[in-house]
Amino acid sequence: MSLFSPRTHARLKSSTAPSVSSWQSGTGNVLHRRTVIPPWFINTASLILMGLLVLLSLSIGVADFSWSGILQSLLTQSANSDSSLLLVSRIPRTIAIILTGIAMAVAGMIIQVVLKNRFVEPSMVGATQSAALGLLVVSLLFPASALIVKMGVATIAAVFGMMLFMLLIHRIPPTDFLMIPLIGIVFGGIIEAVTTFIAYQTESLQMLSVWQFGDFSGVLAGRYELLWLTGGLCVLAYIIADKLTIVGLGDNIALNLGISKRQVTWIGVGMVAMMSAVVVVTVGMIPFIGLVVPNIVSRLMGDKLRRSLPAVALLGASAVLLCDIIGRSIRYPFEVPVATIFGVVGTVLFLWLLLRAPAEQ
Amino acid sequence: MFSSTKLTSTKTGTTNTSTAVDNSSSTDDQYSAAAQGQLAKLWAWIAEHPKSIAAIVLLISMTLFMTLNVNGYWDFALPLRGKKLLALMVVGYAIGVSTLLFQTLTHNPILTPSLLGFDSLYVLLQSLLVFFLGAISFTSIDPLAKFTLEIVLMFGASLLLFKLLFSKSSQDLTRLILVGVIFGVLFRSLSALIARLINPDDFVVVQSASYAQFNTVNPQLLGISLFICVITAIFVWRWRYQCDVLMLGQAQAVNLGINYQRLAFGLLTVIAVLVATATALVGPVTFFGLLVCALTNRIARHMYHTERLILVSLVAMICLVLGQTIFEQVLDMAGVLSVVIELAGGLMFLALIFMSQRRSL
Repeated sequence: MSLFSPRTHARLKSSTAPSVSSWQSGTGNVLHRRTVIPPWFINTASLILMGLLVLLSLSIGVADFSWSGILQSLLTQSANSDSSLLLVSRIPRTIAIILTGIAMAVAGMIIQVVLKNRFVEPSMVGATQSAALGLLVVSLLFPASALIVKMGVATIAAVFGMMLFMLLIHRIPPTDFLMIPLIGIVFGGIIEAVTTFIAYQTESLQMLSVWQFGDFSGVLAGRYELLWLTGGLCVLAYIIADKLTIVGLGDNIALNLGISKRQVTWIGVGMVAMMSAVVVVTVGMIPFIGLVVPNIVSRLMGDKLRRSLPAVALLGASAVLLCDIIGRSIRYPFEVPVATIFGVVGTVLFLWLLLRAPAEQ
Repeated sequence: MFSSTKLTSTKTGTTNTSTAVDNSSSTDDQYSAAAQGQLAKLWAWIAEHPKSIAAIVLLISMTLFMTLNVNGYWDFALPLRGKKLLALMVVGYAIGVSTLLFQTLTHNPILTPSLLGFDSLYVLLQSLLVFFLGAISFTSIDPLAKFTLEIVLMFGASLLLFKLLFSKSSQDLTRLILVGVIFGVLFRSLSALIARLINPDDFVVVQSASYAQFNTVNPQLLGISLFICVITAIFVWRWRYQCDVLMLGQAQAVNLGINYQRLAFGLLTVIAVLVATATALVGPVTFFGLLVCALTNRIARHMYHTERLILVSLVAMICLVLGQTIFEQVLDMAGVLSVVIELAGGLMFLALIFMSQRRSL
């Protein structure tokens, strides 16, 4: 229960704000206290937002493209350049963005619940960096191996990296909730240094930079389909959402309610590792989504995963879509990688979260 | 924390000698006892004179750096290597002294200016200057004027950053470091964003302005850096006793008649100048200062700045010169030194965190 103290504390402090009416309404459950806006409203709103962004994302690009052309080809039942552009480039790209956003946001939510810490995300527990290291090693040793093998190795490496990290933070008292992300950042930096060293020695820095830098400009039909796997994992996360929530409540509560904490934790870790590995393999690292989106959603709707996961997924997708659209239009016709944009937006949001949270007493 | 480091250092010293006695006593008791006596004496002498030993090691590594693998073309090799050697030593001095002073100013042995984002700030300033002035006017400014401008900007910005970081959360060290680290990430992301926004010609200018390599040291920049080193050395040397008093804590220092505002201002200026110098010469290195200061605190006999200021410069120079010699001439791996230093420094950072963690428990 002590793990929840920082969060409960944050709530107590901000409960003076007039908007938080549910505090007085006394729903009784900690998890429900902040729920002011009903979930269906948030979900519908984020769905509409995402729909708008999808339309925008489909119509922005260097190649000439017009919706009337699509309409024409639909009416005449014949393929023209507009529809093929849509099918080969724009739609795959948009789907890849949505899936990546969903995967990173959900993975961030899961790792936050499992580690019981609001300030971590896959790239702060060494998952994405380990995945890149594993991918690099397997690409150097067995360059001809199939993509699925490479991804498997990356996933295993990510699991190992997260295990090592969990061993590292094993002795840290959970009340020191900012120490864990700090150690995670340094830990990730160390793995990245090793990866860079290997890449430098084998002259494969260029290959590495593709994975270390999230970018959707290379996404075409046939190059992103692996990302659907993360969609499946998100469905799985939704199915076991209640178990994850209970594990996040603390060891004793999980024991009392008959949930095997160990088993659920490992399933969560495995899922996060796999999502990070798939994203790194197909588009590269995009830091801070898994951190910012779950935090914002949790402030709006509490920590009950079954309730908040859809909003996390939708808002994650919208965030990446928005950043990709910014990246494509800020220096049109050139493209700024989405990881760069999100590095700026995400860090600012994270600093805001850090500076407004109360000091540890 | 400072004093207990001293304690452990003496402890390990004695255990080292005692285990050595145990090992060799089985062979020839009398002889080994005498030899052990000699060894213990030598050890004691080494521990008594860390400065002289460091100076000797530095001289040896300098000689090695200048002479190893020179195949006859002395009049070509010596000036080239001399310039590199000078640059390495300037950088070592700048990083070592700035980190030591920063630790004194913040009363904290696990902080370095780079960990809090100070040198990514310098890179960001470079990018901003090019962005607003354009590459042509940026390169056509007189180097001395440009450097002065950069120092002034850098100083103002670090003053703001320092105020932000230390006014609110100086009590909460973890939050402070985490906020600093995230600021570093933000500055780097912003620089990357600017690098994407400007045209490629300007980008090359930014690149060469922020990451000059040792192999292509700009003689003019080296001259300015040397000049800065001498000036700062004079100031720092005059402040060394005040710094000793400052280590007792701000309140005690004020009680003992230190003009805290003035001293802190002066120290921060020197730190900003030295960070700018080091970054201008080699680019950002996050953990090097931390590594060097931890080493220095370990081998120094006491915490007086008279000793540690000299020692930290010597140790930093040895690390750079000897490391560069080994990697370039012996192992034939030119650009690896910075990676290795970052790796070692990162591990050192984790070790320091865990040590302070255990002590606070």
